[in-house]
Amino acid sequence: MLRSRIIPCLLVHNKGLVKTTKFKDPKYVGDPINAVKIFNEKEVDELMVLDIDASALGKEPDLEMIKNLAAECRMPFCYGGGITTAEQAKAIIKLGAEKIAVSSAVINDINLLSRIGTAIGMQSVVVVIDVKKKGFLGGFDIYIENGKKKANIKLVDLLKTLNTLKVGEVVINSIDADGTMAGYDIDLIELVRNSIDMPMTVIGGAGSFDDFSNLISKYKTIGVAAGSLFVFKGKYRAVLISYPSKEEKRKILGIS
Amino acid sequence: MIGIVDYGSGNLRAIGNIYDRLKIDYRIINNPNDLKLVDKIILPGVGDFDQTMQMLNESGFREILDELVLGNKVPVLGICVGLQILSKGSEEGQLPGLGWINANVKKFNPDTIPVKPKLPHLGWNSIEIVKNSILLDKIDPEEGFYFIHNYFFQTNDSSDILTKTTYGIDFVSSVARENIFGVQFHPEKSHQNGILLLKNFAISKLC
Repeated sequence: MLRSRIIPCLLVHNKGLVKTTKFKDPKYVGDPINAVKIFNEKEVDELMVLDIDASALGKEPDLEMIKNLAAECRMPFCYGGGITTAEQAKAIIKLGAEKIAVSSAVINDINLLSRIGTAIGMQSVVVVIDVKKKGFLGGFDIYIENGKKKANIKLVDLLKTLNTLKVGEVVINSIDADGTMAGYDIDLIELVRNSIDMPMTVIGGAGSFDDFSNLISKYKTIGVAAGSLFVFKGKYRAVLISYPSKEEKRKILGIS
Repeated sequence: MIGIVDYGSGNLRAIGNIYDRLKIDYRIINNPNDLKLVDKIILPGVGDFDQTMQMLNESGFREILDELVLGNKVPVLGICVGLQILSKGSEEGQLPGLGWINANVKKFNPDTIPVKPKLPHLGWNSIEIVKNSILLDKIDPEEGFYFIHNYFFQTNDSSDILTKTTYGIDFVSSVARENIFGVQFHPEKSHQNGILLLKNFAISKLC
């Protein structure tokens, strides 16, 4: 049976790993390569690394860093940050990433998605959507450039387009919930699941393994990603990399 | 010595890293003639059926591979698209495959997948062992392997099937015919099971 994936998401800022809260206040949590080595030993399902500076500062992907990360990763690896051309996507796949994640550039220019899909195969293209709750009226706005700028497209419209283009996966990231460890935004997840057919991964707010198992029992096969939960320990948020053990994982996945 | 054919596929470094850790000799093969220096061959694969076949056809790899695999019975392992090109052809492309195994590659029909997510088939899935092989020695079928694909390998001769996997339908997740092996999943990204499979391929007498 196809299992749900439990995915650590690591953020790169100034060449170090950081964890943010609501996309702000990056706290240094360590060295990327060292973190990958620890996650290898823990046999994680997949790893996602996002360079949060690249798009916001208009920088190109750091191919040297990606090469080193991909070579070290013994699990499937998805890289995102600063990808604006099909050539860059191709180069990153060639360096050994299984998937590339795009956000700002394709939200600005949806045709870029088809070009990247042709270059590397649509199954390897992941679209990350950063969203924030609207005020009292409800609904969600999409943000680009690491939460700095509101995008000029409705969430349901973008999801419809991604479903038509058959991208490999959609990652939905709640800016409001980021780093809070207060639980996933269930309404947001329900809206996205109803709008698309392809695999989806959710991130933002995971604070316990129960947050994972609740989603998995509801949606059967889903990617559950987290940052803080895998890098902090205790109420003082001491930096300690962790991941569910084999037994904990079986419990989360509901395998008896 | 294992030869890993380099046709611009990203996962060959990951395969190489595993053999480094296992202290098993391998070389990345860019020049078709260097294939004659190795005992076993890996066809890695990430990408598109036609692109992969075109590269094999135009680079001169095709003739030497046919000679070594069909003539000299050199063991070969195809991974992902590297498996799919062992077939006669694929719905993904126009070009004929290597045709070493009597099979065709088809696209999953989303209607046969009862619940979301539909395609691609992405993530960790278990395998069901249909035929015993040294390639699967000590592998945990329930733990399974990592998959990422939209197309599947359909054999016309069921005796070639090594394992099956369920995703809406039961599809062939690995095959073996004499010295020819192929896996739809990615052993180079599948932790312990994947390391075991690559090790079994490298150290066992396969035919």
